[in-house]
Amino acid sequence: MRTNFHPIQVILYEGVGSEPLIAPDRLSLSISLLDQGYSILRITQQAKSSHLLASSEIPCLVLGRFTGPLPEFERAGAPKIATRDIATLDVEAILSLVNDLSEELDTELNRPNQPGSWKPWYPVIDYDRCTNCMQCLSFCLFDVYGVDENKQIQVKNDDNCKTNCPACSRVCPEVAIMFPKYASGPINGQPVNKDDVARESMKIDISSLLGGDIYASLRNRSDQAKSRFSKERSPDKALQERKRCLVQLQQSGMIPAEVLAELDLASLPSPEAIERKAREFIAMQGAKE
Amino acid sequence: MRDSHPDLIELSDPAPKILYCRCAFAQVVPDAVKDQVLEQLLESGASFESVADLCEMSARNDPRLGELIAGEGPVRIAACFPRAVKWMFHHAGYPFPDDDRVEVLNMRELSAEEVVKGLLAPAPPEKVNE
Repeated sequence: MRTNFHPIQVILYEGVGSEPLIAPDRLSLSISLLDQGYSILRITQQAKSSHLLASSEIPCLVLGRFTGPLPEFERAGAPKIATRDIATLDVEAILSLVNDLSEELDTELNRPNQPGSWKPWYPVIDYDRCTNCMQCLSFCLFDVYGVDENKQIQVKNDDNCKTNCPACSRVCPEVAIMFPKYASGPINGQPVNKDDVARESMKIDISSLLGGDIYASLRNRSDQAKSRFSKERSPDKALQERKRCLVQLQQSGMIPAEVLAELDLASLPSPEAIERKAREFIAMQGAKE
Repeated sequence: MRDSHPDLIELSDPAPKILYCRCAFAQVVPDAVKDQVLEQLLESGASFESVADLCEMSARNDPRLGELIAGEGPVRIAACFPRAVKWMFHHAGYPFPDDDRVEVLNMRELSAEEVVKGLLAPAPPEKVNE
Protein backbone atom coordinates (compact mmCIF):
# COMPACT_ATOMS: atom_id res chain seq x y z
CA MET A 1 0.00 0.00 0.00
CA ARG A 2 1.27 3.47 -0.77
CA THR A 3 1.15 5.77 2.21
CA ASN A 4 3.08 8.88 1.24
CA PHE A 5 0.23 10.86 -0.24
CA HIS A 6 -2.81 12.86 0.80
CA PRO A 7 -6.16 12.23 -0.89
CA ILE A 8 -8.19 15.19 -1.96
CA GLN A 9 -10.64 16.45 0.62
CA VAL A 10 -14.16 17.30 -0.48
CA ILE A 11 -15.74 20.32 1.18
CA LEU A 12 -19.49 20.27 0.95
CA TYR A 13 -20.28 23.92 1.33
CA GLU A 14 -23.78 24.89 2.49
CA GLY A 15 -22.82 28.06 4.32
CA VAL A 16 -23.41 31.73 3.67
CA GLY A 17 -23.80 32.51 -0.03
CA SER A 18 -25.14 29.12 -0.99
CA GLU A 19 -28.31 27.03 -0.96
CA PRO A 20 -28.46 23.76 0.95
CA LEU A 21 -28.45 20.53 -1.02
CA ILE A 22 -31.64 18.50 -1.29
CA ALA A 23 -31.63 16.11 1.70
CA PRO A 24 -31.75 12.75 -0.15
CA ASP A 25 -29.08 13.92 -2.59
CA ARG A 26 -26.87 15.13 0.24
CA LEU A 27 -27.09 11.76 1.99
CA SER A 28 -26.58 9.76 -1.18
CA LEU A 29 -23.62 11.88 -2.22
CA SER A 30 -22.01 11.69 1.21
CA ILE A 31 -22.33 7.91 1.42
CA SER A 32 -21.00 7.44 -2.11
CA LEU A 33 -17.99 9.70 -1.57
CA LEU A 34 -17.08 8.12 1.76
CA ASP A 35 -17.47 4.60 0.41
CA GLN A 36 -15.13 5.51 -2.42
CA GLY A 37 -12.51 6.60 0.11
CA TYR A 38 -12.94 10.38 0.15
CA SER A 39 -13.14 12.58 3.24
CA ILE A 40 -15.79 15.28 3.48
CA LEU A 41 -15.94 18.48 5.45
CA ARG A 42 -19.51 19.68 5.56
CA ILE A 43 -19.94 23.39 6.31
CA THR A 44 -23.37 24.79 7.04
CA GLN A 45 -24.81 28.14 7.98
CA GLN A 46 -24.43 27.09 11.63
CA ALA A 47 -20.69 27.19 11.18
CA LYS A 48 -18.86 30.18 12.53
CA SER A 49 -15.53 28.97 11.32
CA SER A 50 -13.56 26.30 9.64
CA HIS A 51 -10.26 26.31 11.42
CA LEU A 52 -9.55 22.88 9.91
CA LEU A 53 -9.73 24.24 6.43
CA ALA A 54 -7.75 27.30 7.40
CA SER A 55 -4.81 25.26 8.63
CA SER A 56 -4.85 22.36 6.24
CA GLU A 57 -2.31 21.91 3.50
CA ILE A 58 -4.23 19.07 1.92
CA PRO A 59 -5.63 19.58 -1.60
CA CYS A 60 -9.33 20.23 -1.46
CA LEU A 61 -12.35 20.62 -3.65
CA VAL A 62 -15.17 22.95 -2.57
CA LEU A 63 -18.62 21.97 -3.84
CA GLY A 64 -21.77 24.01 -3.35
CA ARG A 65 -24.95 25.42 -4.82
CA PHE A 66 -23.65 28.95 -4.83
CA THR A 67 -26.11 31.80 -5.12
CA GLY A 68 -23.62 34.39 -6.32
CA PRO A 69 -20.16 34.40 -7.82
CA LEU A 70 -18.02 31.43 -6.83
CA PRO A 71 -16.24 32.26 -3.59
CA GLU A 72 -12.49 32.05 -3.52
CA PHE A 73 -10.99 30.48 -0.45
CA GLU A 74 -7.69 31.28 1.07
CA ARG A 75 -5.59 28.97 3.19
CA ALA A 76 -2.13 29.47 4.52
CA GLY A 77 0.15 27.28 2.50
CA ALA A 78 -2.69 25.63 0.64
CA PRO A 79 -1.14 23.90 -2.33
CA LYS A 80 -4.24 23.14 -4.36
CA ILE A 81 -7.86 24.17 -4.10
CA ALA A 82 -10.72 24.04 -6.58
CA THR A 83 -14.28 25.35 -6.36
CA ARG A 84 -17.21 24.06 -8.37
CA ASP A 85 -20.91 24.94 -8.48
CA ILE A 86 -23.01 21.76 -8.40
CA ALA A 87 -26.45 23.40 -8.60
CA THR A 88 -27.29 21.76 -11.91
CA LEU A 89 -25.64 18.37 -11.30
CA ASP A 90 -27.16 15.13 -10.07
CA VAL A 91 -25.33 12.81 -7.66
CA GLU A 92 -23.76 10.68 -10.39
CA ALA A 93 -22.46 13.74 -12.17
CA ILE A 94 -21.02 15.13 -8.94
CA LEU A 95 -19.22 11.85 -8.25
CA SER A 96 -17.80 11.90 -11.72
CA LEU A 97 -16.72 15.51 -11.24
CA VAL A 98 -14.95 14.65 -7.98
CA ASN A 99 -13.10 11.75 -9.56
CA ASP A 100 -12.04 13.87 -12.51
CA LEU A 101 -10.85 16.75 -10.35
CA SER A 102 -9.02 14.36 -8.04
CA GLU A 103 -6.99 13.28 -11.06
CA GLU A 104 -6.64 16.84 -12.27
CA LEU A 105 -5.24 17.91 -8.90
CA ASP A 106 -2.89 14.93 -9.10
CA THR A 107 -4.04 13.33 -5.86
CA GLU A 108 -4.27 9.67 -5.01
CA LEU A 109 -6.72 7.57 -3.05
CA ASN A 110 -6.87 4.16 -1.41
CA ARG A 111 -10.21 2.86 -2.60
CA PRO A 112 -12.08 0.43 -0.37
CA ASN A 113 -13.93 -2.63 -1.54
CA GLN A 114 -12.08 -3.02 -4.81
CA PRO A 115 -10.94 -6.51 -5.85
CA GLY A 116 -7.57 -7.12 -4.23
CA SER A 117 -7.63 -3.74 -2.52
CA TRP A 118 -5.57 -3.08 0.59
CA LYS A 119 -7.18 -3.51 3.96
CA PRO A 120 -6.03 -1.48 6.94
CA TRP A 121 -4.71 -4.37 9.01
CA TYR A 122 -1.90 -3.75 11.45
CA PRO A 123 -1.39 -3.94 15.20
CA VAL A 124 -2.11 -0.93 17.38
CA ILE A 125 -0.36 -0.87 20.74
CA ASP A 126 -2.12 0.27 23.88
CA TYR A 127 0.74 1.90 25.75
CA ASP A 128 -1.38 2.18 28.88
CA ARG A 129 -1.05 -1.60 29.10
CA CYS A 130 2.20 -2.40 27.29
CA THR A 131 5.13 -3.30 29.58
CA ASN A 132 7.70 -3.38 26.79
CA CYS A 133 8.33 -7.09 27.33
CA MET A 134 9.26 -7.58 23.66
CA GLN A 135 7.33 -10.83 23.30
CA CYS A 136 5.53 -9.46 20.23
CA LEU A 137 8.83 -8.48 18.66
CA SER A 138 10.12 -11.97 19.18
CA PHE A 139 6.93 -13.76 18.16
CA CYS A 140 6.26 -11.96 14.89
CA LEU A 141 8.33 -13.42 12.08
CA PHE A 142 7.64 -10.56 9.69
CA ASP A 143 9.47 -7.73 11.45
CA VAL A 144 6.31 -5.76 12.02
CA TYR A 145 7.71 -4.65 15.37
CA GLY A 146 10.78 -2.64 16.23
CA VAL A 147 11.99 -0.28 18.92
CA ASP A 148 12.39 3.48 18.96
CA GLU A 149 15.35 5.48 20.18
CA ASN A 150 14.15 4.98 23.76
CA LYS A 151 14.05 1.19 23.30
CA GLN A 152 10.27 1.32 23.41
CA ILE A 153 8.44 -1.29 21.36
CA GLN A 154 6.78 0.14 18.27
CA VAL A 155 4.92 -0.98 15.20
CA LYS A 156 7.57 -0.19 12.61
CA ASN A 157 6.42 -1.92 9.46
CA ASP A 158 2.62 -1.89 9.12
CA ASP A 159 2.77 -3.26 5.61
CA ASN A 160 4.57 -6.42 6.73
CA CYS A 161 1.55 -7.47 8.81
CA LYS A 162 -0.43 -10.34 7.33
CA THR A 163 -4.07 -9.49 6.78
CA ASN A 164 -6.43 -11.17 9.22
CA CYS A 165 -3.58 -12.54 11.34
CA PRO A 166 -3.93 -11.27 14.94
CA ALA A 167 -1.52 -13.88 16.29
CA CYS A 168 0.76 -11.47 18.18
CA SER A 169 -2.16 -10.05 20.10
CA ARG A 170 -2.99 -13.51 21.39
CA VAL A 171 0.39 -13.93 23.01
CA CYS A 172 0.69 -10.43 24.48
CA PRO A 173 0.60 -11.03 28.25
CA GLU A 174 -0.89 -7.60 28.90
CA VAL A 175 -3.62 -7.58 26.24
CA ALA A 176 -1.95 -4.47 24.85
CA ILE A 177 -2.10 -5.29 21.12
CA MET A 178 -5.25 -4.46 19.17
CA PHE A 179 -6.43 -4.99 15.63
CA PRO A 180 -9.31 -2.52 15.26
CA LYS A 181 -10.78 -4.35 12.25
CA TYR A 182 -10.98 -7.66 14.13
CA ALA A 183 -14.43 -8.95 14.97
CA SER A 184 -14.07 -9.88 18.62
CA GLY A 185 -12.83 -8.34 21.82
CA PRO A 186 -10.53 -7.58 23.40
CA ILE A 187 -8.41 -7.81 20.23
CA ASN A 188 -10.68 -5.25 18.50
CA GLY A 189 -10.07 -2.69 21.22
CA GLN A 190 -12.96 -3.60 23.44
CA PRO A 191 -12.15 -2.69 27.03
CA VAL A 192 -10.24 -5.35 28.92
CA ASN A 193 -12.84 -6.12 31.49
CA LYS A 194 -11.41 -6.60 34.92
CA ASP A 195 -14.73 -7.94 36.14
CA ASP A 196 -14.76 -10.70 33.55
CA VAL A 197 -11.38 -12.10 34.29
CA ALA A 198 -8.98 -11.16 37.01
CA ARG A 199 -5.96 -9.46 35.56
CA GLU A 200 -3.50 -11.99 36.85
CA SER A 201 -5.34 -14.83 35.22
CA MET A 202 -5.13 -13.03 31.87
CA LYS A 203 -1.38 -13.12 31.88
CA ILE A 204 0.28 -15.80 29.89
CA ASP A 205 3.62 -16.23 31.53
CA ILE A 206 6.08 -17.16 28.85
CA SER A 207 7.89 -19.66 31.00
CA SER A 208 4.68 -21.50 31.73
CA LEU A 209 3.87 -21.45 28.04
CA LEU A 210 6.97 -23.49 27.53
CA GLY A 211 6.02 -25.99 30.19
CA GLY A 212 4.92 -29.40 29.01
CA ASP A 213 1.31 -29.06 30.04
CA ILE A 214 0.57 -25.53 28.86
CA TYR A 215 -1.85 -26.59 26.16
CA ALA A 216 -3.70 -28.87 28.54
CA SER A 217 -3.88 -26.17 31.17
CA LEU A 218 -5.11 -23.62 28.65
CA ARG A 219 -7.78 -26.01 27.48
CA ASN A 220 -8.81 -26.62 31.08
CA ARG A 221 -8.96 -22.91 31.72
CA SER A 222 -11.02 -22.44 28.62
CA ASP A 223 -13.45 -25.10 29.71
CA GLN A 224 -13.76 -23.53 33.12
CA ALA A 225 -14.03 -19.91 32.13
CA LYS A 226 -15.74 -19.95 28.74
CA SER A 227 -15.06 -16.26 28.65
CA ARG A 228 -14.50 -14.25 25.50
CA PHE A 229 -11.00 -13.65 26.76
CA SER A 230 -10.04 -17.26 27.03
CA LYS A 231 -11.61 -17.93 23.65
CA GLU A 232 -9.71 -15.17 21.93
CA ARG A 233 -6.37 -15.49 23.66
CA SER A 234 -4.84 -18.77 22.75
CA PRO A 235 -1.27 -19.69 21.96
CA ASP A 236 -2.62 -22.59 19.91
CA LYS A 237 -4.56 -20.20 17.68
CA ALA A 238 -1.65 -17.80 17.56
CA LEU A 239 0.73 -20.48 16.36
CA GLN A 240 -1.79 -21.74 13.82
CA GLU A 241 -2.33 -18.25 12.44
CA ARG A 242 1.36 -17.56 12.21
CA LYS A 243 1.95 -20.89 10.46
CA ARG A 244 -0.92 -20.26 8.03
CA CYS A 245 0.58 -16.90 7.06
CA LEU A 246 3.95 -18.49 6.45
CA VAL A 247 2.49 -21.26 4.32
CA GLN A 248 0.58 -18.72 2.24
CA LEU A 249 3.77 -16.77 1.72
CA GLN A 250 5.65 -19.91 0.75
CA GLN A 251 2.93 -20.84 -1.73
CA SER A 252 3.09 -17.36 -3.23
CA GLY A 253 6.83 -17.75 -3.70
CA MET A 254 7.71 -15.02 -1.20
CA ILE A 255 9.50 -17.35 1.21
CA PRO A 256 11.77 -20.11 -0.11
CA ALA A 257 10.94 -23.56 1.25
CA GLU A 258 14.42 -23.95 2.75
CA VAL A 259 13.95 -20.77 4.80
CA LEU A 260 10.61 -21.96 6.06
CA ALA A 261 12.12 -25.29 7.00
CA GLU A 262 14.61 -23.56 9.29
CA LEU A 263 11.89 -21.80 11.27
CA ASP A 264 10.48 -23.32 14.41
CA LEU A 265 6.78 -23.11 13.82
CA ALA A 266 5.72 -25.52 16.51
CA SER A 267 6.44 -23.51 19.61
CA LEU A 268 6.48 -20.05 21.02
CA PRO A 269 9.85 -18.39 21.57
CA SER A 270 11.71 -19.16 24.78
CA PRO A 271 12.49 -16.39 27.28
CA GLU A 272 16.11 -16.62 26.15
CA ALA A 273 15.08 -16.23 22.51
CA ILE A 274 12.95 -13.18 23.35
CA GLU A 275 15.80 -11.59 25.26
CA ARG A 276 18.27 -12.40 22.52
CA LYS A 277 16.08 -10.94 19.78
CA ALA A 278 15.36 -7.81 21.80
CA ARG A 279 19.08 -7.34 22.47
CA GLU A 280 19.86 -7.84 18.80
CA PHE A 281 17.20 -5.35 17.78
CA ILE A 282 18.29 -2.74 20.28
CA ALA A 283 21.92 -3.18 19.22
CA MET A 284 20.87 -2.82 15.59
CA GLN A 285 18.91 0.32 16.47
CA GLY A 286 21.95 1.68 18.33
CA ALA A 287 24.19 1.01 15.35
CA LYS A 288 21.79 2.94 13.11
CA GLU A 289 21.95 5.93 15.46
CA MET B 1 -4.81 38.88 -1.61
CA ARG B 2 -7.80 36.80 -2.57
CA ASP B 3 -11.20 37.39 -1.08
CA SER B 4 -11.70 34.97 1.77
CA HIS B 5 -15.13 33.63 2.45
CA PRO B 6 -16.45 34.93 5.78
CA ASP B 7 -17.33 31.47 7.07
CA LEU B 8 -13.83 30.23 6.55
CA ILE B 9 -11.63 32.74 8.30
CA GLU B 10 -12.87 33.08 11.83
CA LEU B 11 -10.65 30.89 13.93
CA SER B 12 -12.52 30.68 17.23
CA ASP B 13 -15.54 28.42 17.37
CA PRO B 14 -16.81 27.12 20.69
CA ALA B 15 -18.89 24.37 19.10
CA PRO B 16 -17.47 20.87 19.50
CA LYS B 17 -15.68 19.51 16.46
CA ILE B 18 -17.51 16.47 15.17
CA LEU B 19 -15.80 13.67 13.29
CA TYR B 20 -17.60 10.72 11.72
CA CYS B 21 -15.73 7.61 10.60
CA ARG B 22 -17.37 5.55 7.87
CA CYS B 23 -15.18 2.46 8.46
CA ALA B 24 -15.33 1.97 4.69
CA PHE B 25 -12.50 -0.56 4.51
CA ALA B 26 -14.19 -3.16 6.71
CA GLN B 27 -17.63 -4.20 7.81
CA VAL B 28 -17.11 -4.10 11.54
CA VAL B 29 -19.49 -1.21 12.24
CA PRO B 30 -23.13 -2.15 11.64
CA ASP B 31 -24.34 -0.58 8.38
CA ALA B 32 -27.65 0.47 9.88
CA VAL B 33 -25.98 2.35 12.70
CA LYS B 34 -23.40 4.17 10.60
CA ASP B 35 -25.99 5.07 7.94
CA GLN B 36 -28.43 6.42 10.52
CA VAL B 37 -25.74 8.40 12.32
CA LEU B 38 -24.66 10.01 9.06
CA GLU B 39 -28.23 10.76 8.02
CA GLN B 40 -29.10 12.32 11.37
CA LEU B 41 -25.93 14.38 11.42
CA LEU B 42 -26.70 15.73 7.95
CA GLU B 43 -30.27 16.50 8.95
CA SER B 44 -29.12 18.29 12.10
CA GLY B 45 -27.60 21.12 10.11
CA ALA B 46 -24.32 20.75 11.97
CA SER B 47 -20.97 21.31 10.35
CA PHE B 48 -18.82 18.22 10.70
CA GLU B 49 -16.02 16.25 9.19
CA SER B 50 -16.44 12.73 7.89
CA VAL B 51 -13.68 10.38 6.82
CA ALA B 52 -13.72 7.12 4.92
CA ASP B 53 -11.70 5.20 7.48
CA LEU B 54 -9.63 6.30 10.46
CA CYS B 55 -7.58 3.09 10.33
CA GLU B 56 -6.55 3.88 6.78
CA MET B 57 -5.62 7.44 7.73
CA SER B 58 -3.64 6.20 10.71
CA ALA B 59 -1.70 3.81 8.48
CA ARG B 60 -0.79 6.78 6.27
CA ASN B 61 0.12 8.96 9.29
CA ASP B 62 -2.29 11.43 7.74
CA PRO B 63 -1.60 14.94 9.14
CA ARG B 64 -5.31 15.62 9.01
CA LEU B 65 -5.61 13.45 12.14
CA GLY B 66 -3.47 15.96 13.99
CA GLU B 67 -5.58 18.85 12.72
CA LEU B 68 -8.76 17.13 13.80
CA ILE B 69 -7.76 17.00 17.46
CA ALA B 70 -5.82 20.25 17.51
CA GLY B 71 -7.02 23.26 19.46
CA GLU B 72 -8.51 23.52 22.90
CA GLY B 73 -12.18 22.85 22.30
CA PRO B 74 -14.06 19.59 22.62
CA VAL B 75 -13.79 16.98 19.89
CA ARG B 76 -16.35 14.21 19.40
CA ILE B 77 -15.58 11.21 17.26
CA ALA B 78 -18.13 8.64 16.04
CA ALA B 79 -16.11 5.52 15.29
CA CYS B 80 -15.47 2.26 17.14
CA PHE B 81 -13.98 1.27 20.49
CA PRO B 82 -12.48 4.31 22.26
CA ARG B 83 -9.35 2.37 23.26
CA ALA B 84 -8.68 1.47 19.63
CA VAL B 85 -9.33 5.00 18.34
CA LYS B 86 -7.15 6.64 20.98
CA TRP B 87 -4.16 4.46 20.15
CA MET B 88 -4.73 4.67 16.40
CA PHE B 89 -4.19 8.42 16.65
CA HIS B 90 -1.08 7.74 18.71
CA HIS B 91 0.07 5.20 16.13
CA ALA B 92 -0.16 7.91 13.48
CA GLY B 93 1.92 10.29 15.60
CA TYR B 94 -0.94 12.41 16.87
CA PRO B 95 -1.70 11.35 20.46
CA PHE B 96 -4.87 12.46 22.18
CA PRO B 97 -4.40 15.38 24.60
CA ASP B 98 -4.10 14.41 28.24
CA ASP B 99 -7.35 16.12 29.18
CA ASP B 100 -10.73 14.58 28.40
CA ARG B 101 -11.78 16.95 25.63
CA VAL B 102 -11.69 14.19 23.00
CA GLU B 103 -14.66 11.87 23.31
CA VAL B 104 -15.15 8.74 21.23
CA LEU B 105 -18.63 7.37 20.63
CA ASN B 106 -18.63 3.70 19.72
CA MET B 107 -20.86 2.85 16.75
CA ARG B 108 -20.05 -0.85 17.21
CA GLU B 109 -22.00 -0.96 20.47
CA LEU B 110 -24.18 2.13 20.83
CA SER B 111 -27.41 2.84 18.97
CA ALA B 112 -27.50 5.53 16.31
CA GLU B 113 -29.64 7.70 18.57
CA GLU B 114 -27.17 7.42 21.44
CA VAL B 115 -24.26 8.29 19.17
CA VAL B 116 -25.97 11.30 17.60
CA LYS B 117 -27.15 12.57 20.97
CA GLY B 118 -23.57 12.43 22.23
CA LEU B 119 -22.18 14.11 19.13
CA LEU B 120 -24.63 16.99 19.14
CA ALA B 121 -24.74 17.65 22.87
CA PRO B 122 -23.76 21.25 23.69
CA ALA B 123 -20.24 21.84 24.82
CA PRO B 124 -19.82 22.02 28.60
CA PRO B 125 -20.11 25.64 29.79
CA GLU B 126 -16.50 25.83 30.88
CA LYS B 127 -15.41 24.82 27.39
CA VAL B 128 -17.65 27.44 25.79
CA ASN B 129 -16.20 30.18 27.95
CA GLU B 130 -12.62 29.28 27.19
